[in-house]
Amino acid sequence: MIFIYAFLISGLFCMVAQILLENTKLTPGHVTSLFTALGAGLSFLGIYPKLIEISGAGATILISNFGHLLYQGVIEGFHQNGFLGLFSGMLTKSSLAIASAVIFAFLFSFTFKPKD
Amino acid sequence: MNKEQYQKLVKKYEPQENKIKNVFLAFISGGCLGLSCQILATFFQNVLGMSTETSYSFVCIILIFLASLFTALGFFDDLVSKYRAGLIIPTTGFAHSMSSSALDYRKDGMITGLGSNIFKLAGSVLLYGIISAFLFGYLGVIFYG
Repeated sequence: MIFIYAFLISGLFCMVAQILLENTKLTPGHVTSLFTALGAGLSFLGIYPKLIEISGAGATILISNFGHLLYQGVIEGFHQNGFLGLFSGMLTKSSLAIASAVIFAFLFSFTFKPKD
Repeated sequence: MNKEQYQKLVKKYEPQENKIKNVFLAFISGGCLGLSCQILATFFQNVLGMSTETSYSFVCIILIFLASLFTALGFFDDLVSKYRAGLIIPTTGFAHSMSSSALDYRKDGMITGLGSNIFKLAGSVLLYGIISAFLFGYLGVIFYG
């Protein structure tokens, strides 16, 4: 069952984004930023953890998961370090995506030449 | 020829894209990506004995690695222009934007080119993600304690 939900949830998010791209003047940059903020909002409402529960990787591979991890990091940081944790806990959970994207981009920009 | 006629002429020769087909393609490609990632995560959990969260992290890293590699090899741009949101909304879009700007600006030098431009496109995701997470986190701390 989790496989069907993985297909539906991740397909649905992509479909909504494509509908936005087709019918408004928003660029892919706008849409990805919007979905990141949406992920943080859904996490605040408690919906995103449920989505991950029912659809597994279908929800964790989306860019909204990035917003969800940022929000969870803030909350966890607050419970551990109080006010300072709002800042120090922010990037703890999402570090994986940022660091790996930076490192792979840096390495591959040396090993490959841009296609004209 | 006045402005209105010109606008009509422009509209006539604009490439007509099939909206429904694009939306359908985005749904199918995004869905297939999510499904195959879940299959991979299940494989990691059952065969390699990873915990649920670790398996999702590994899937995420593999996805970012493949997106960066395919962008560097030069054929990811064609895939993105075909499937659009189906590849932009998953984490692949984030990795793609970062590695494509790294590739494009490397010729301008290590600092002024690569260093200052690598976050050019991905920067907005980071900025608005952090700002919104901070605001929602503040609210969450007030509401839920």
